[in-house]
Parts: sequence; C-alpha cells; structure tokens
Amino acid sequence: MLETIPLTLDAVRDVAKECFDDGWRLVTMSSVQVGDDSFDVLYHYDKDLVMKHYRLSIPKDTVVPSISPVYFCALLIENEIRDQFGICFSDIVLDFGGALYLEEEVRAMPFCKVSVAQKQS
Amino acid sequence: MARTILPFGPQHPVLPEPLHLKLTIEDETVVEALPTLGYVHRGLEKLCEVRDFNQMIQIVERVCGICSCLHALCYCEGVEQIMGVEVPRRAKYLRTIWGELHRMHSHLLWLGLFADAFGFESLFMQFWRVRERIMDIMEATCGNRVVVSVNVIGGVRRDLSPEQCQWIEEQLAVSEKEIKQLSTTILNDYTVKKRTVGKGVLTKEQAYQLGAVGPMLRGSGWAQDARQTGYAAFGELGFDPVVEYDGDSYARCAVRFRETLQAIDIARLAIARLPAGETATNVEGAMEDDTPKPVAAGERRDIMQAYNRDKRHRVTAAPPPNLDLPAGLVAAKVKGKPEGEAVTRVEQPRGELMYYLKGNGSKNMERVRIRTPTFANIPPLLAMLPGCELADVPVIVLSIDPCISCTER
Repeated sequence: MLETIPLTLDAVRDVAKECFDDGWRLVTMSSVQVGDDSFDVLYHYDKDLVMKHYRLSIPKDTVVPSISPVYFCALLIENEIRDQFGICFSDIVLDFGGALYLEEEVRAMPFCKVSVAQKQS
Repeated sequence: MARTILPFGPQHPVLPEPLHLKLTIEDETVVEALPTLGYVHRGLEKLCEVRDFNQMIQIVERVCGICSCLHALCYCEGVEQIMGVEVPRRAKYLRTIWGELHRMHSHLLWLGLFADAFGFESLFMQFWRVRERIMDIMEATCGNRVVVSVNVIGGVRRDLSPEQCQWIEEQLAVSEKEIKQLSTTILNDYTVKKRTVGKGVLTKEQAYQLGAVGPMLRGSGWAQDARQTGYAAFGELGFDPVVEYDGDSYARCAVRFRETLQAIDIARLAIARLPAGETATNVEGAMEDDTPKPVAAGERRDIMQAYNRDKRHRVTAAPPPNLDLPAGLVAAKVKGKPEGEAVTRVEQPRGELMYYLKGNGSKNMERVRIRTPTFANIPPLLAMLPGCELADVPVIVLSIDPCISCTER
C-alpha cells in the first residue's frame, strides 16, 4: 500500500521549498477524483532513488498554490492537471489557462467522472 | 534589437513527432522558448475507466511503440504490487532481457536520427542497419518487431528455449561488433563534435532542479538510473549507470551510445543466468488451468512456415533458431480485482517512467497516471534553448530524444 504524508493547502509551497532545499527532485504530481466533489493531489519527490509522497485532499473549486515558482518543472504538470480535472493553481509561472491540450472552447473536464466542472477564468 | 517569433514544428524535418515550440529570437539567437502540446493527445489514461485492468496492458503498450515493453512492465509491476503477487524469477529475467532489447533498438533508432539531424546520412543508415538485427530478435522471440506484448500480470506470456538463447547471444555478439565499429565516427568525428560539443548545455544543478531524467540527467553528471532500484532482475545483475559530465548534446549522445553497449552486456548476463522455472504465477487464487499448454503442432508449423518465408532472416549471421515455443508456456489467468494504490518506476530508454495506479476493487482501475520521461525533459529543454544559435535548435531538441506520443499519451 502506498504510504503518503498528509498535506494541507497552506503548507503546499512551504513543503515544496523544504524539499527543494533538501535536494529532493520533483518526480511528478498525480491527481485523482475522490467521490463527486473532491480530489486528491499527490506530490511525488525523489532523493537518491527513495521516494516520498504527499497527499493533498481538496474539495472541488479549491485553488491550489502552484509550486512552479519553487520547482519550475511543475508548470507542465499543473497545467495538465488543470486541463484534465479543472483544478486551478495560483501563481503558476506559465499558465496555459486550461488550454495545454484542450481547445479553449472546451468546457467539460475530461477526467472528472461524474460532475462536469466549469473552467475558472 | 527587434525580436521575431519563429514557430519550430509541429512539422519539421528533424522531428519524428509533432512538438511545437514558439521561439523568440533576436538576430540568430534564441531568447525564449515556449511549448505547445496537444497534437497527438489520445487520452489513453482515461481508458482505464472502460477497459478491464488486464486489457489496460495492451493500452499502455500503445502509449509508445518504441518502449512498449517497459510501459507494460511498469504497469504490471504496479498491479502486482497492489495485488501482492510475487513474480517467478525466470519471468523477471525474461522481462529484463526484452526490456534491454527495447533499450538497444530505441537508442540505435535515436543515434541514427541524431546523425540525420546534423546531416550525416550514412551514419544514420549504419545505426539503423544494426537496429534491424535487434528487431529480428524481437520478431523471432515474440512474433512482433515493435510492440512485443510479452508482459502479463503475474509474469510473461513467452519463454525462451536454450536454442533461442544461444541464437540471441550470437546476434548480440555481431551487433556489439558492428556498434563498436561506429564508435570512432559517432564519438570522435570532427563534424559530429563540431555540431554537438558545447551545444545545449544543462549544468548538473539545473538538471536536478528542473527534473531531468534518463540520459539527460546522466549526461549532466548524475549517476541515477531507475534500474538501480532493482526492479525485474536488476537487483541480481549488478549495474552501474553510464555517466558523462559535460551536460551538452555530445555528452547525451555518448551516454546513449555507451548504454547501447551496456544493454547488450546486461541482456547477455541475464541470458547466462536465466533460472529455470515457471514464467507466470497465479494471481489472487488459482489459474483456470494449471496444466502447461504447449503450442499446438499445427500452430508451430504455421509459425515456422511464416518465418521461413521471410527472406530477411536469411541474411543474418547465423541461421534462425527453431521457433517452437518451449513446453511449459502458461496462459496466466488472473482472478481477483486490484484494490489500493501503488507507484512504480522503470528506466525507459528515454529516462525514468513512473506509474501511479489506483484500484477500487472493481475490474476497472480508478486511475492510471503515467509520467513519461519526455514530459519530464521538456522543462530542461526550455532552459537549454535560450542563448543558443537558431541553427543548433534541431540538434538540441533532438538531444532530449523527444517522444510526443509518450508525452501527451
């Protein structure tokens, strides 16, 4: 079973900064819908081939602080999550506005299972 | 100085797949690069909701043809981890052998394309000629040249006979000799060095901070390779990553060239140590039929006739082996459903591949998240391009070994 460390919204960027300073590499972020109205966002870090995983559980329409100001490589991952699940990230260094893969007129979030979320501007 | 925005791709002679970069240039120097993705997005991850978790193996194999075996391996290891399956040792070794064959043909493909990128057509053809031999091995052992489809949950669906192992070793020996003959040209030729040395430099710190993986990371001085985690049979084979320190296009080329030779060594060692035993194991209860099911005689004859009709095999260094599949081949049937989460990593030719899997106890996976190496290597590319000459952009872009079908999935 995957062991994850719980993460709060306020601590997202602080933890990222801590990991960055300690020499952890950001492997990626994963997101999964939990029930109708909430999501899990997992942050996967690696150091010397050892991984640790943080789990952020958020209700729908929560704006998550972007970690791209700390880890530049998070920009594509966060844009992808926004395309797929409609989760918005604040202060992302390069914001495609939900159009990394999708056309701008697409309104439905393709990876959301039950409810259809509207894009936020 | 006036700035010009220049579109690079999605259709460009150097790009095998459609990546679009918006390059801002001053005179002939790139000052900024922005990516545009989405030309070949297929939404394969989403298919986990409508396909059985066993069928997903065939889906993930089609994320990328060139490293299909490693996608399937990573997925199967994840599901096996969730379901608590211990794969037989022989299956682990067989997975390693086919995985390394994929590394060889992927690197040889890239070395050819890279030579082509700076106009060295004859070198391109030489590398691809050697690659054909590796493809022949996969065809002879799996029936397919690219998507070999050998991995199943609980093991592998194919086995290797002693005759096949010996033939593979002979083919690898010939390939190794031919690859070494090309080393002087790819590593020491003046024109190759002129186009690659000092181009697209990624420092050691940048490589780690920007999340580079694979030959990108190792070309910048990091001795990190997911094979060191010991998946499949790598824990028993001993393994030191290939490392270069200059962080430029030449260093990445040298890493891939040396890794091709190293993959031959690893495959040879795995064949030499191939343990006896089953190739698949029960998953969550008994298999439908535990009796080994050898291939029917009529089917063997068809395989042999089809093989003999193919004249390509007659030009190989040694005659092809008897293609009879060894007795004991088992069609593994999986019972039970995965419930839980797992993260698995394997080392693709292009770098670290990571799967996050979540099963909810039904026949469909709840989430299959795939992080491919090219996706991780795009941010480092965006950092490498500013400051370079426009003429060097194709070589630098190709030096990350971009695979856009992987990236967009």
